[in-house]
Amino acid sequence: MRSAVIVFPGSNREMDMVAALEQASGRKPALVWHKDSELPEVDLIVLPGGFSHGDYLRAGAMAANSPVMNEVRRRAEKGVPVLGVCNGFQILTEARLLPGALMRNASLRFVCRNVTLRVENAQTLFTGALEAGQRMTVPCAHMDGNYFADDDTLKRLEDTGGVAFRYVDAAGETTDEANPNGSRDSIAGVFNETKTVLGLMPHPEDAVDPLHGGTEGRALFAGIVKALS
Amino acid sequence: MTEITPEIVAEHGLKPEEYDKVLEIMGREPNLVELGIFSVMWSEHCSYKSSKVWLKKLPTTGPQVICGPGENAGVVDLGDGLAAIFKIESHNHPSFIEPYQGAATGVGGILRDVFTMGARPIMNLNALRFGSPEHPKTRHLLSGVVAGIGGYGNCVGIPTVAGEVNFHPAYDGNILVNAMTVGLAPADRIFYSAAAGAGNPVVYVGSKTGRDGIHGATMASAEFGEDSEEKRPTVQVGDPFTEKLLIEACLELMATDAIVAIQDMGAAGLTSSSFEMASKGGVGVELELDRVPLREEGMTPYEIMLSESQERMLMVLKPGREELARGIFEKWDLDFAVIGRLTETGKMVLKWHGEVAGELPIDPLALASPEYERPWTASEPPAPLDAAALPERDPLEALERLVGSPDLASRRWIWEQYDHLVMGNTVLRPGADAGVVRLPDLPEGSRKGLAATVDCTPRYCLADPVQGGRQAIAEACRNLYAVGARPLAVTNNLNFGNPEKPAIMGQLVGCLQGMGEACRALDAPVVSGNVSLYNETEGRAILPTPTIGAIGLVEDVARVPGAAFPEAGLSLVLIGETRGALGQSLYLRELESREEGAPPPVDLEAERLAGELVLALIGEGRVAACHDLSDGGLLVAAAEMAMAGNLGCSLEPPAQDADQAAAKTPLAAWLFGEDQGRYLLATADAEAVLAAARGAGVPAARIGETGGDALTLAGAGTISVARLRRAHEGWMPAYMAAELAAD
Amino acid sequence: MKAKVHVTLKPGVLDPQGKAIHHALGALGFAGVEAVRQGKVIELELAETDRARAEAALDEMCRKLLANTVIENYAIELTD
Repeated sequence: MRSAVIVFPGSNREMDMVAALEQASGRKPALVWHKDSELPEVDLIVLPGGFSHGDYLRAGAMAANSPVMNEVRRRAEKGVPVLGVCNGFQILTEARLLPGALMRNASLRFVCRNVTLRVENAQTLFTGALEAGQRMTVPCAHMDGNYFADDDTLKRLEDTGGVAFRYVDAAGETTDEANPNGSRDSIAGVFNETKTVLGLMPHPEDAVDPLHGGTEGRALFAGIVKALS
Repeated sequence: MTEITPEIVAEHGLKPEEYDKVLEIMGREPNLVELGIFSVMWSEHCSYKSSKVWLKKLPTTGPQVICGPGENAGVVDLGDGLAAIFKIESHNHPSFIEPYQGAATGVGGILRDVFTMGARPIMNLNALRFGSPEHPKTRHLLSGVVAGIGGYGNCVGIPTVAGEVNFHPAYDGNILVNAMTVGLAPADRIFYSAAAGAGNPVVYVGSKTGRDGIHGATMASAEFGEDSEEKRPTVQVGDPFTEKLLIEACLELMATDAIVAIQDMGAAGLTSSSFEMASKGGVGVELELDRVPLREEGMTPYEIMLSESQERMLMVLKPGREELARGIFEKWDLDFAVIGRLTETGKMVLKWHGEVAGELPIDPLALASPEYERPWTASEPPAPLDAAALPERDPLEALERLVGSPDLASRRWIWEQYDHLVMGNTVLRPGADAGVVRLPDLPEGSRKGLAATVDCTPRYCLADPVQGGRQAIAEACRNLYAVGARPLAVTNNLNFGNPEKPAIMGQLVGCLQGMGEACRALDAPVVSGNVSLYNETEGRAILPTPTIGAIGLVEDVARVPGAAFPEAGLSLVLIGETRGALGQSLYLRELESREEGAPPPVDLEAERLAGELVLALIGEGRVAACHDLSDGGLLVAAAEMAMAGNLGCSLEPPAQDADQAAAKTPLAAWLFGEDQGRYLLATADAEAVLAAARGAGVPAARIGETGGDALTLAGAGTISVARLRRAHEGWMPAYMAAELAAD
Repeated sequence: MKAKVHVTLKPGVLDPQGKAIHHALGALGFAGVEAVRQGKVIELELAETDRARAEAALDEMCRKLLANTVIENYAIELTD
């Protein structure tokens, strides 16, 4: 699998993502600077975590207008898979490549802690190697992860398998305590209509090494590599 | 031209005799710009005039030291061609005035000190002291400071891996915010601040200059007009996004050969950075202040020289490298301006649209910086506490109260606001004895890591400054040993009251004496530091707080034990001698409402032996969990290990026929005494651990084992881990939930 | 020409910051505050001197960047 990780000036988890992709695919991803207007031919485009432009104005708002995003949009429209994690998810919603918006956490505080995710749709190229209902514990670290979509959009997401992951407790149930940021319906990640674009707030790339205190993020990357190789 | 009156001199913080020296050095009356420069260069902050004579007595060298105090940060050799660059610095007063921005810019400043020397920052730590939880401002200050630290560090993308927080009424009017950064650099590519090469360009990069934090707020306000207050915000505002760009741009430029010298613009901004670079290099400098990138209109040379706008750096480049450097900074959308050049005159010449706005001799000003040997008095060491005279209490009830008390309650509410995982190398998360990160880019097969901690027990320092100074170093080193790291070096942040009072000066002198002894005994030289004096409000000083930041090298990160009990059936072994020191203990304060007695004495040789033993045992893979014993003593440590692992344990106090000292110790003293030099280990091989301890001459005893869902104390009963966790995890969220209501 | 853009959350979008302010006002004794919504004001200085053209440009700025119309409304005010 050939992949590219887009680097915005305030990206700060791009190397975490590079390490996870390299571990899963055996190939080093290309790093592409946000001011570039060209992208190499790749099987997967990744927007990593960070504070692309300081999160000033709104998280991801300025990055969504970066030169490179025109090309990302063009590729996404051609069906090239795009993964956005944390700030990457925020950028994808700001770029309207994913539905909804990510607002300030309901606690109004940054939150960095392990969360448990439940796989909601395992019929996609990103999640095909996982099982529906499968749980994975990975860290989250964000200030603006409170997923919002209006009722119609939520219903459409629900009806079409658009919800990728939900925050759940140890028993696999959605609860207020297990929801770290106040997201509507405990939504942690969503797909676009064609299930070729995935955004999620938590960081599977920070759970791929026993030294991270957990390796449950590996399965996601392994599955993506399997689907795209 | 403003006339320099005695009032203006006084408003610049210069004593009449110091101003006489100014006149002598200048050979004439200074103008306002020049006076401002003298003022900041001779300020306590820049000159260390009260502490210098005592700081010189600290050990600062060792085979591991590449660069000791005097540069932006200390540099220590890690082997494998790598160096750690680190320092701790206070931002106390600004954080009290505006907690979010004060703390945020504190983090920004310490990051710059570290990457200025060529290091990529890899971890942040902080040591915070707040007033009493009941004080009406405490919640607001705590909430703002934590949000500010997180807001800056999270955005820049450096994990905040460890810290400590205390509450005490002595900090009601003067909170302490001490921030530490550790960075990593190639050992052969360290950047220093000494300028060299007459004619070389002096370059300004980073953010534009505004009227942030210009000192002497009241001075010569006539000169600036009546709207001057509004024009000159005293609170600096941090821009972590620009800092992130500045880090990347500087490191990119540092990979070339363009830089001769580099210095961040911290306190006193352009003045101290340009002055220090020229002074260290023995050269002169000429600056054209009208070329400085400005954020606001109508700024004067005085304001430009004294602005403390953040996220700015000053560099001297090799000739002809300006365009290379400009390209890099423009790529990162940062300002870049050649604002002057080095000269051979030995003078600083400031030009403003072609006219000379100031001219000062560099060496005489730097060398004549005042240095005081202030009078001091040693405090009378308090009498030891008679633990046998304390009332008897149910130890498990006492434990529950202690783990839920403000100084011992879980800090999860705080550290979950810090991104402690970014960069993907965090091995030990906050809440452990020390933060540990894996070193990146090591040769195949190497699994080295770096551990860091911040420590100080101010109540010990107040009761007995010498023992308190020793203890701060000893505890910092103990926290490193406990995670399997060999202590390498320390940085200190000396927070004290008014040094012009002999009793306060005595605290400083005593703490430094104790620190020096401990640094020598534990082979942990001081390589950088910061002094914050005059932390007083209405004559009431803070507790003496010489915060220690320490780093240590981990040989194998896979062997780092956490504090959490990992499984049932492990033996608990107590390392070190227990005498039952309850003087100045948290048990005494929280249960008996008494802050008295002598603090636990620190036996430095015993401390070293116990630490080396623990390090060896961890290296041999015999330690499944390890925790140092400090605040709250043995029972609190055992409870913390149980809560971290969500697994119980049983403990047996020493029987009457056990060793003499322990048997005579009252139960509360054995359980809650804060004797130094101790660790609690969980091990599958107690016999081997005890044998190793005997061999090393370190007292050790098997005192219990892991298992079950409760903490059981033979003869005293049992308390569930869940109940302990409720008390421990509950206090801070409940306390902070009242924030909005209290504001 | 100077302009102010007011960005506010759409009705129905949860506003945790507004909620916190509301709560704090109540705690401070300001009774009778029925609801609080927080928004932001962006001040711009434009070279454009024609009001209609300025408004058109501002509208495009809002849609492209200054507001996220999934969650936010905006209002444009030309001040001189």
